Amino acid sequence: MTGVVAPARGGVRALYAGNARAVVGRALLATRSATGIVVISGFFEPVFYLLAMGWGLGSFIGDVTLPSGQQVSYAAFIAPGLLAVSAMNGAIYDSTWNVFFKMHFGKLYDAMLATSIGPLDVALGEIVYALMRGALYAVGFLTVMQVLGLNLAWTALLALPAVVLVAFGFAAVGMAITSYMKTFQQMDWITFVMLPMFLFSATFFPLSVYSEPIQWLIKAMPLWHAVELVRGLTLGELGTSMAVHVGYFVVMIVGGVAFTTTRLRALFLS
Amino acid sequence: MVAPVISARGLRKTFGEFVAVDGIDFEVPPGESFGLLGPNGAGKSTTMRMVGAVSQRTAGELRVLGLDPDTHGPEIRSQLGVVPQDDNLDTELKVRDNLIVYGRYFGISRALCAQRADELLGFAQLEEKAKARVDDLSGGMKRRLTIARALINEPRILMLDEPTTGLDPQARHVLWDRLFRLKERGTTLVLTTHYMDEAEQLCDRLVVVDHGRIMAEGSPSALIRQYSTREVCELRFGSERNADAAARLEGLADRVETLPDRVLLYTDDGEGLLERVARLGLHPTTSLVRRSSLEDVFLRLTGRSLVE
Repeated sequence: MTGVVAPARGGVRALYAGNARAVVGRALLATRSATGIVVISGFFEPVFYLLAMGWGLGSFIGDVTLPSGQQVSYAAFIAPGLLAVSAMNGAIYDSTWNVFFKMHFGKLYDAMLATSIGPLDVALGEIVYALMRGALYAVGFLTVMQVLGLNLAWTALLALPAVVLVAFGFAAVGMAITSYMKTFQQMDWITFVMLPMFLFSATFFPLSVYSEPIQWLIKAMPLWHAVELVRGLTLGELGTSMAVHVGYFVVMIVGGVAFTTTRLRALFLS
Repeated sequence: MVAPVISARGLRKTFGEFVAVDGIDFEVPPGESFGLLGPNGAGKSTTMRMVGAVSQRTAGELRVLGLDPDTHGPEIRSQLGVVPQDDNLDTELKVRDNLIVYGRYFGISRALCAQRADELLGFAQLEEKAKARVDDLSGGMKRRLTIARALINEPRILMLDEPTTGLDPQARHVLWDRLFRLKERGTTLVLTTHYMDEAEQLCDRLVVVDHGRIMAEGSPSALIRQYSTREVCELRFGSERNADAAARLEGLADRVETLPDRVLLYTDDGEGLLERVARLGLHPTTSLVRRSSLEDVFLRLTGRSLVE
């Protein structure tokens, strides 16, 4: 072999072979041979929530008044929230349970890392796959929203990249956390954190129902930023706060990926 | 002399207080079939992981294909084929897809992966299983698939960690045959084993490892010549009487080893020795003369048998 350039010790060359697409390709092939039911359920879950709560509950509640004074139907209010929640759930499932299993039982990563693939390829590949799935569900859900007349502005189109950004953030952090998990019991903590976030992050009712300190607590949570971002886009309620929401997820992405890569290196190449 | 593909000097690996590999030196020239022979826990797998650039050494020098695994992990791994001790095939993929996807991890084009996958399925005698699920394969088939997978990047060194452990005798012979073919083609093989017969069949040269140290080094025949006699008499007197009999046999052979179930007499003339045993008035329930093996070398070097 000639022309091999010596990388710095522990540099990014040792972590990344620029071949995350091979990991994505593997995941797509595995999905194709798996049963379709898991894939399909990811689409229907938020749709069922929307029908049950948006229509069912919505007929009792009536309209919701937004901070801008605009009045929207309850279904139009919660639909973007449900979209954000399903992006979170999908990303978290793929990056936690799925990764946890492959790491401890499937030995898949051991096999991958014996090749030229580096830990960063694995992390990026798994995350990109999770995002592709998330994007597919989001397209489905946004279509349902369009058919039901719940997209109130053209900016709803931007909800798709927004959902991918949100999913990326959750997947990156989810993988970082999973790399520390050793038992199934520890994995339950993830659910324990996610459920209250789902219920209280202004998904089903405006944040104004809470007292100020609790409002601040909710605003520190990633799901609140996700819900606000997606809702702003589908309802056409844009403001400078959108940049803050986007920034929140950029930080999650960078931090999560950096952390995951370091952990995978410690776990598999020590 | 040709530059070695692997060279280790004072190679050491510790996990906290535990010393897994305790300063070993060895070199592997290209095209050689090199073995690490030793009992479980001798540090063989740890050595393999360091050579395979998936585990960093604690101390010492290590060069694989002229490169330092600490800094050139990806370059080294791209030229290695690794067969780990436990099969880690992708159970979510079909047999042929396992080969193709693995090739893709090396950045090899899909078309080339497909072509090599078909060749390797032939080599591994798995053509008919191409579309089967991994879980439906027998142990021997999984092993052959793992070896085929390790060859997808046409590696310069094929590393096999305990390649036939857990396989039935027939499956082992099929596997040895495949590995022998690779050896004939000039592939450099590095393998660990705790089976004597495997080491004798496959290795041009080997090191005997125990407690993370190298006890001896040489070709199987040279090691046997150096550390054992040409022949061995195995006598069984019954577990109660082996020790007594051994005491009376002392001096009759070059060396006497007493194991719980038998007495081993090391000599260059086994048949002659059996006659002298009979003249002493000792009548073993069974007696057997065989050629010395690496098992005897290991026993001599460590005072223990390899497989217990």
